[in-house]
Amino acid sequence: MAITLKINGKDTTVDAAPGTPLLWVLRDHLKMTGTKFGCGIAQCGACTVHIDGAPTRSCVLPHDSIGASAITTIEGVESNAANAIREAWIADDVPQCGYCQSGQIMAATALLAENASPTDADIDTAMSGNLCRCATYMSIRRAIKKAADTL
Amino acid sequence: MFLRDIGVIPGPRSAGRQSDEAASITNLSRRGFVAGSGLFVIGITLAGCSTYVEPEIDANAFNLPPAGPSPLTEVTGGDATPALWIAITEDGTVEITCHRSEMGQQVWTSMAQIVADELEADWDSVKIVQAEGHERYGDQNTDGSRSVRYNFHRLRVAGAAMQQMLVQAAALYWKLEPGECTASQGKVSNSQNSDTLSYGNLAELAGRLQVPAEDDITLKTPEEWRLIGKEIPSLTIPLITQGKGTFGIDVDVPDMVYAVVARPPQVFGRVGLVVDTAALAVPGVLQTVMLPAPKPPAVFQPLGGVAVVARDTWAAIQGRNALEIEWADGPNAGYDSEAFAETMKQTARQPGQVRRTRGDVRAGLAKAATTVEAEYYAPHYSQSPMEPPSATARWTGDKLQCWGCVQDPQATRQTLADLLGIDKQNITVKPTWLGGAFGRKSKPDFVVEAALIAKEVGKPVKVTWTREDEVRHGFYHAVSAQRMEAGLDKDGNCTTWLHRTVFPPISSTFDSSVATPSDGEVGMGATDVPFAMPNLRVESGDAKGHLRTGWLRSVCNIFHAFAVQSFAAELAHAAGRDQKDYLIELIGPARVIDPVTEGATYSNYGGTPEEYPIETARLVHVAQKAAEMAKWGRKLPAGHGLGIAVHRSFLSYIATVIEVAVGKDGKLTIPGIWLSVDAGTVINPRHVRAQMEGGTIYGLSNALFGEITAKNGAVVQDNFPSWRVMRMGEAPRAFEVDIVQSNRAPAGIGEPATPPAAPALANAIFAATGRRIRQLPMIGPGGNRLALPKTPTQTA
Repeated sequence: MAITLKINGKDTTVDAAPGTPLLWVLRDHLKMTGTKFGCGIAQCGACTVHIDGAPTRSCVLPHDSIGASAITTIEGVESNAANAIREAWIADDVPQCGYCQSGQIMAATALLAENASPTDADIDTAMSGNLCRCATYMSIRRAIKKAADTL
Repeated sequence: MFLRDIGVIPGPRSAGRQSDEAASITNLSRRGFVAGSGLFVIGITLAGCSTYVEPEIDANAFNLPPAGPSPLTEVTGGDATPALWIAITEDGTVEITCHRSEMGQQVWTSMAQIVADELEADWDSVKIVQAEGHERYGDQNTDGSRSVRYNFHRLRVAGAAMQQMLVQAAALYWKLEPGECTASQGKVSNSQNSDTLSYGNLAELAGRLQVPAEDDITLKTPEEWRLIGKEIPSLTIPLITQGKGTFGIDVDVPDMVYAVVARPPQVFGRVGLVVDTAALAVPGVLQTVMLPAPKPPAVFQPLGGVAVVARDTWAAIQGRNALEIEWADGPNAGYDSEAFAETMKQTARQPGQVRRTRGDVRAGLAKAATTVEAEYYAPHYSQSPMEPPSATARWTGDKLQCWGCVQDPQATRQTLADLLGIDKQNITVKPTWLGGAFGRKSKPDFVVEAALIAKEVGKPVKVTWTREDEVRHGFYHAVSAQRMEAGLDKDGNCTTWLHRTVFPPISSTFDSSVATPSDGEVGMGATDVPFAMPNLRVESGDAKGHLRTGWLRSVCNIFHAFAVQSFAAELAHAAGRDQKDYLIELIGPARVIDPVTEGATYSNYGGTPEEYPIETARLVHVAQKAAEMAKWGRKLPAGHGLGIAVHRSFLSYIATVIEVAVGKDGKLTIPGIWLSVDAGTVINPRHVRAQMEGGTIYGLSNALFGEITAKNGAVVQDNFPSWRVMRMGEAPRAFEVDIVQSNRAPAGIGEPATPPAAPALANAIFAATGRRIRQLPMIGPGGNRLALPKTPTQTA
């Protein structure tokens, strides 16, 4: 059934089976592959998007449950926090393979939007849902603090 | 920065690479030929002078004789013919072919640094083209931490040869001697006037010149390097931060459908009965496809089973859930990893096959004032890259194109040819970016699945492995049991060392009858042990493989270093000595070790003993450096402990010191890690630091939490809760890396930080708590605390 979703500020019509998670609507139907599949059960954070600004695992979010809420993906996230995060990520070579980093950036951006100077404990809480097998954790922690300093 | 996404057809060019034939992927841009027109205007306005207008060079005006064949096809490392690696377009873009797979080790950037430095390219004009799988590139198997080591020399030669040809072209144009012309940053200048010619303008003429012989090529001295050894920013990361770049799972071709596969729980289990009615009724499901059951040995065959094809991945997964399948047992149905652990421990208590020997171990143990023995166990692990395996296949008649996150596109192509019975010439394999790999993606079974299903469906097919698939159907790290015995004299000095290692060899994946560890495997941390005691023997015991055994980051070094470096600290404790001082004494005087002189068949990671000797001084240096960084010997708070391990693997020397803090309740945190690495010549210190952090955490994650077990031949774990990996909050608070400045030959970086991590952690936990952990994992998937027995378990 065709429904309209608000993705990165644009109304977008999709026709996927009822209950199809947003992740697969983005990736397979809309070819927006920046949002990644990692576990399918909200354990790894690779699929993190923002729903009305809140970091959300799109792999367990039925696309037909979102209604008129604003969906923001890595392709569309633009804000002072997002820019600061991206700059810090590039300056410090934070990503290695990069596969989890869309989710990491979405989670970190949401953290900074809510908390302008996060402590180690704040970062641990906000970011522990995002796995990275390359283990960029220390770099992420450093870069979030650096990004916070620039805001 | 000029960046191009991967997977694009190289267009026509002025000084051209032999172009890949892989077709375009629709979501990737295609860049056409940049038509030559007009003048190359480079405004250099000197005060009061006219503007210099670079003239356009017409290569046809030179009537050059046809160039002879390249004399650079067989330099050290392989073919260094510039056209294989470098294309310079008319607009000055320098396209560098990367024939290795980018999986986070930043090989795009490091390969480009090597070529562009000798080429004197303007770094901002560099673009990477990902090579398809083809023998013309030489080895493309991106594992073994050897991309830089194998290619450093030949890529320098290729860059330098191209640079000389550009200089020669400029000299021809100016009617000067090449010695009067100089290349710098994408331009050639001359000693007579201030004119310059850009690489883009010179490229066509340079491309018609004879490729120089290696003897006529001058490489830069290290002092002249502008890019090699420098902290050059990554070519991939700016794309990653935008969600761009194409991983295997991101490939999109027109008319593509999506598939997942229900695979037998056991290796060589089979589909007994399948009913797909309910699966086919799931909205979006298009069809099911039976896959052929593999026959032993496993090699890189798919596991068989039933594929569900759908219009999106989710529908395919739902369809798979609705399949009714009765699985038929295969020859591995009896495999129980817990029982097998006991079998291996028993094997390790019996004399094994001698792999290296010095002195007389039996007499040494008999005469010892103190004997120490210990047994260590490490389980199976799954590589679990964040991107699970994924591949896309498209048939056009009898021609097959595949895209996927493969570490070894040549092995992929060969495997496809073998298993599909088609000519290799009709197959193209294009590696995408790899969302991590760690050895999993050197096995192309998932690409074969895509090809088989696409053939049946008659449309392009993308196969995606879910996390459950990846955890349950992997090529696992070998489970292992190690037994160590040592003799100390009355002063506590170690006189005798016996190490028995038992594990199913990787060869069992390629020949089911093989149960004896290979020389290469025991050479990863057992037979190359760098200790100086007068009596030493390394033995191996046989073990059969029941899961598919495969490479995992640093391979056998993981369990060998765990046993050797833990036992070294156990001996220090038995002798009443400081573990760091005792470790350095075990290593002994500065010397070169050659295990071959003591009966080992030792391959040294393919490095020659001349270029890559085992040097104990380098081991001791990094050990002392890491200890110094950690302020070894400082007074620590209660519950804290420091542990050290030092290990040479992939020709690099790494020492790791870990500080742990263990609460009375067993809660473990890691306040700091200090690591010193001697990897010879380093291309980019940023990459080294990242791999040191990543490799260490990978080892700690496995040591603390990781365990794959099997019951009735089937893997028990399925996703991240039961197959647990380290998270942000569990990562160390501080991590310092020291890179030894060296102009020695470059060594490996991707893997060697992993082996010392687990023993350094175990040694730190012992220092903090008195608990000696010999059985991994230390915590496991469920808990958050170390079990702390009331009394230490030292066996001395």
